[in-house]
Amino acid sequence: MTFVLTEDQEMLRDTAMNFTRDELPVKHLRTLRDSGKNGVDPDARNQLAELGFFGVLIPEEYDGVGMGMVALGQVMEAQGRTLASTPLLQTACIGASAILLGGTEAQKKEWLPKIASGEITTALALDEGTHHNPTGVATEAERDGQGYTLNGAKKYVQDGHHADVFIVVARTFGEAGDTHGLTLFLVPRDAKGLTVQTLKTVDSHGAAHLTLDGVHVDDSHVLGAPDKGHDLLEPVLDRGRIALAAEMLGSSIAAFEMTHEYLQTRKQFGQLIGSFQALQHRAAKMFTEIELTTSCVSAALSAVDEQRNDLAELASLAKARAGETVHLVSNDTVQLHGGIGMTDDHDAGFYMKRARVQEALLGSASFHRDRFARLNDF
Amino acid sequence: MAYDSPAELEAFRAEVREWLEKNCPPSMRTPMTEDEVVWGGRREKFKNPDSKVWLERMGEKGWTAPTWPKEYGGGGLTRDQAKVLEQEMARIHARPPLFSFGLWMFGPALIEFGNEEQKKRFLPDIVMGRTRWCQGYSEPGAGSDLAGLQTKCEDKGDHYLINGQKVWTSYADQADWIFCLVRTDTSKKHEGISFILFDMESEGVETRPIKLISGSSPFCETFFNDVKVPKDQLVGEVNGGWKIAKRLLQHERSSISAGGFGSTRGSGMLGPEEYAKIHVGTDKDGKVLDGDLRGRIADHMMYAKAFNLTVKRSGEQAKAGQEVGHTASIIKYAAAKMNQDKFELMIEALGTEGLGWEGEGFDKGAKMATRGWLRSKGNSIEGGTSEINLNVVAKRVLGLRDHQ
Repeated sequence: MTFVLTEDQEMLRDTAMNFTRDELPVKHLRTLRDSGKNGVDPDARNQLAELGFFGVLIPEEYDGVGMGMVALGQVMEAQGRTLASTPLLQTACIGASAILLGGTEAQKKEWLPKIASGEITTALALDEGTHHNPTGVATEAERDGQGYTLNGAKKYVQDGHHADVFIVVARTFGEAGDTHGLTLFLVPRDAKGLTVQTLKTVDSHGAAHLTLDGVHVDDSHVLGAPDKGHDLLEPVLDRGRIALAAEMLGSSIAAFEMTHEYLQTRKQFGQLIGSFQALQHRAAKMFTEIELTTSCVSAALSAVDEQRNDLAELASLAKARAGETVHLVSNDTVQLHGGIGMTDDHDAGFYMKRARVQEALLGSASFHRDRFARLNDF
Repeated sequence: MAYDSPAELEAFRAEVREWLEKNCPPSMRTPMTEDEVVWGGRREKFKNPDSKVWLERMGEKGWTAPTWPKEYGGGGLTRDQAKVLEQEMARIHARPPLFSFGLWMFGPALIEFGNEEQKKRFLPDIVMGRTRWCQGYSEPGAGSDLAGLQTKCEDKGDHYLINGQKVWTSYADQADWIFCLVRTDTSKKHEGISFILFDMESEGVETRPIKLISGSSPFCETFFNDVKVPKDQLVGEVNGGWKIAKRLLQHERSSISAGGFGSTRGSGMLGPEEYAKIHVGTDKDGKVLDGDLRGRIADHMMYAKAFNLTVKRSGEQAKAGQEVGHTASIIKYAAAKMNQDKFELMIEALGTEGLGWEGEGFDKGAKMATRGWLRSKGNSIEGGTSEINLNVVAKRVLGLRDHQ
């Protein structure tokens, strides 16, 4: 387990931090919201592609930069700091990982260069209820000669409103709740029978509900072994959870820095409010939580690169801890700013709204506590 | 600091491994119960005779204090070499040969602030475990506000004369010597404090154990009545003791919390998740039946894991030459919370089995858990209360100022 960045990783981190600070600040998200863009920005996507961020996990032979998960974590933290709405989690992490871990050589050659170049974005269409539940898939995939026919519905698909290709999890065997019988399919956005309902979400990033009504998928678009999709899904989800935890850490740090600054400028009773012990202790506790979560995120990121066998446990640790931390910090950010924190003009609300979406995606803290307990055999 | 090449380190590792193989008695490679811990000093009984041999051998190598300079009896190892020694000891499950406030707290401060004669006089006996030290800091009127201490130290020409009272002196009744904060100037607060050393057998020293809510007595009240101390036993400048005191507190906080107040492994106590499985029961999938308790135990275990990863991260970053003061400052606070939460959950999971006190009818481990739960309440008080620690984070790390 390594907690110290290499020189290359440091450089990437600096690049990412400067990029989101200068090009994608919270103000940018606010502009996207106010102009009705629902978190979608093609220019930003091009810039991310030019910087090579889509190919961080993708090996050089497929046109990526092959820097690994610790490196991607730095980019995710940077986007979390400014709440930047980008396709990186779904495409650079989840999409790339699904194809790298589950794809045939032909699929890798077909899809990975397109992801690395920013030509296509992907979105995982898994959950069907209001809570993350990887085995709760009821969407059916029925054999139809040269492929499968998909019928079902997916809820709150992150990036679903703009993704070019969906990674749809459907059931080829068994029933909702079964681990066995899941299969992953690559479904292009323009597939016949696929309906995308764009959602306006509280965090202004947007999302989509999907309806699959007799969508035909060729065998060449099956990702991984039929019926054994769960074995592929788990490591892919864990990479997504870890990357998302890194993003959440970034959001927590930025919200805390904003609050820390306010404590040192706002005066009441003739004193800086940061001189009141009640507020000092709240700040010190937030700082402590952030320090602890930083360690969990670093450990989980490096566990991917080192292919450690406690990856699942570390992923749940990182996601749960990051969820609790961003929850605490975003709430305290509003409270410690007082009235100004309740106004739409201030950024505090953006952090809190985004925090709740981050917390729910890929499993809440409660989901991961349960998983952590199961992995620890109680 | 000397630089070790990987090849040099590996050569050193081989040397250490061979030496340990020859010199660490087999019985010193087994888990240790609390009454087998060796604290050294005049009163040490060495319950297991092998532990005496083990201490002597390690002490002669200077490996009880691996990074202290050789001229004071230390091992003279670089930080990397010390790490190798630690790893090799862990590999064979070697017991620490010596527990010692001299090693953890006083020695490092004396190396920094003592004069040559004092270092030569006191450090080798710490390394060899011949002198057991105690810490005279808190007083009845000076707890969190330590600098308010009143124990009087008067200059009587050829000696100092000490009068006053200390409290919460850990193991004062077992110690040979004390390092003590005393007031040499009553007109100033912080600048009127000196750091002085004396023998606990000096005339006028009296100790009285304090019985805690847990039933144990690790602390004493300590009384000084006209205690005469030779003048060469004052460390640093007269009235210059506060800076030494603060440095020593840093050593204390990091040694208290490095292991998160010690592990329960090998003690006969089980973790909260094990107690929940036994006493609350599980469903057919092996899940603890009380879902609320199960979630809180998982939350605690995650906190503990986050804590351990943070200690590790801080160590790695320090090794890489990065600034880690920020991280270190939260360790004591987090360690206290973690340990208290663990014991609360153990007691809750044990149900009435966790509410025994002594005698028959209760599991031995469960009774230890009950006592440990009570003892853990002190974790957020001793060595700086959690509130004081949060003040330190707010002021020193976050730069938040006091009222103007």
